[in-house]
Amino acid sequence: MGIFSINKKKYATLKIEKKKVEKKVEPKKTEPNITGSGLWVKCPGCNEIIYKSDIKKNKMKCPNCDNYFKMSGKQRIELLIDKDTFEEFDMDLFTKDPLKFPDYAEKIENAEIKTKLKEGVISGVGKMFGMEVSIAAMDFFFLGGSMGTVVGEKITRTIERGIERKIPVIVVATSGGARMHEGILSLMQMAKTSAALDRLREKGIPFISVPVDPTTGGVTASFAMLGDIIISEPKALIGFAGPRVIEQTIKQKLPEGFQLSEFVQECGMVDIIAKREELKKTIHRVLDNLFEI
Amino acid sequence: MEFEKKLKDIEIKIEELKEFSKEKEIDLSIEIEKLEIEKEKILVEIYKNLSSWEKVSVARHPKRPYTLDYIEQIVEDFEELHGDRLFKDDPAIVGGIGKIEGNRFVIIGHQKGRDMESNIYRNFGMANPEGYRKALRLMKLAERFKLPVLTLIDTAGAYPGIDAEKHGQGEAIARNLMEMAGLSTPIIAVVIGEGGSGGALALGVADRVFMLENSVYSVISPEGCAAILYKDAARAQQAANDLKISADQLKKLGVIDDIIVEPLGGAHRDHEMMASNLKTKVLEAYKEIKDLTIIELKDKRYEKFRKMGEVNQEV
Repeated sequence: MGIFSINKKKYATLKIEKKKVEKKVEPKKTEPNITGSGLWVKCPGCNEIIYKSDIKKNKMKCPNCDNYFKMSGKQRIELLIDKDTFEEFDMDLFTKDPLKFPDYAEKIENAEIKTKLKEGVISGVGKMFGMEVSIAAMDFFFLGGSMGTVVGEKITRTIERGIERKIPVIVVATSGGARMHEGILSLMQMAKTSAALDRLREKGIPFISVPVDPTTGGVTASFAMLGDIIISEPKALIGFAGPRVIEQTIKQKLPEGFQLSEFVQECGMVDIIAKREELKKTIHRVLDNLFEI
Repeated sequence: MEFEKKLKDIEIKIEELKEFSKEKEIDLSIEIEKLEIEKEKILVEIYKNLSSWEKVSVARHPKRPYTLDYIEQIVEDFEELHGDRLFKDDPAIVGGIGKIEGNRFVIIGHQKGRDMESNIYRNFGMANPEGYRKALRLMKLAERFKLPVLTLIDTAGAYPGIDAEKHGQGEAIARNLMEMAGLSTPIIAVVIGEGGSGGALALGVADRVFMLENSVYSVISPEGCAAILYKDAARAQQAANDLKISADQLKKLGVIDDIIVEPLGGAHRDHEMMASNLKTKVLEAYKEIKDLTIIELKDKRYEKFRKMGEVNQEV
């Protein structure tokens, strides 16, 4: 008992720190545009003016308060895949604009210029602490990570590569949902990706879904919620309907923290919440415990 | 409906004439018949050229036949089954077992209400997770007893509510998509009214997918699309057009297999004929797929959805 109480005292200093963290957790403010021009950005977590390149060097976290900023698909690959082991696939796919939707071609072009990507997801094969995986990482900066035919196709191919090569599949999801500009064909990508996951499941190969901030709509209602294991990050918004839609429907304000990963985990929809710096290790540990290549 | 104004005028005229002839005991049957013929001509004319937005209002017509109407018309010995065995029964989706011309089926569909009270009970046909889980439970039942599944799709969308989120609306829909893709029994889906996004697709991964002539099927409601993309909900009419949501457009896009013809002037004008048309198509489709092996059936189903949404490749 004596030793215990001494230990308790030792931890008392830590307790203060914990309180501080909790305080910061609650308000979820809109994120400033980190991809925009300018060298500095005001962190919504601590209201400090931060040098953008310091955030980039720190895995897109505020060096002052640890507030998370969105990562691009490319940054996600760098975060999760061993250096120089990533082989990208399907980078030259682009949309047929099947509905000839007004202004869509122009929007795609702008997104291409902004993100230097052809579409909203990067996919390929790479190693995670030496373990080969088939991985796709969505990019929220490309039309809000929305899923059209190309995103659906690339994710389906990522799953199929897992089946062909008998390697685990990881999808880092972040998306506003199905892409309106491709209409019903975007909706059908939900069926297509989910059907591919049914085949993966039959082969006994694991699928790790990593929904990060924010993941909503048709992506939540398809592959993002179908992980054998679902791993998210702290304070990531995960939901089917977006908060605004729900508020409009029920005509009242949502409780604080609603649809954030901690809450979603409490509801039983997420297995693990891992800090960004722990994400790679966590996914690897889970895969290593599940599956032998 | 706005576009039926011309029709309304003539209907009023017919009514007036009928009353007049009854009151004064004059035979006006020739005049009335002339007007009836005129009315039919107008109907043909209107319904031949419905815009997507007009089809939306036909698809949402409060007198349009709903799942239970079809069941009443075409299913013998129907027994409704309740509950997801996890949490509760969702009246926004109904399901059960019965026979269609002697063929045993599991039938599942969204159910809207017809007046305020029944709409509140049915949550306007917008299902919660427990609805989708009930549907899945019944599909698994079908698989176990080797019964084909018929789903009838008619929803504005899955319900966006607090409890729906807490209970995993996204997960429930996602699971249905995956399980339906791999279900070891034939599935036939028919969009009978509104095919609203993920909430519709959650009953829509099938070997044969049909749409009624005036039904719509879309990734988002025209109003929602207009509000988000055009920042103006009033431009829903344009959004309906841009989104390509009508049966003929979806057939062209390769998303549905065929269109089921509606009675002249829309399904709401003749439930009996509509149900009979639907039954014929469903049985025809069932005949085509019922003798496939399970492996063939599932492979074909996979291929069907696998090829949706072709993409370009830069060379």
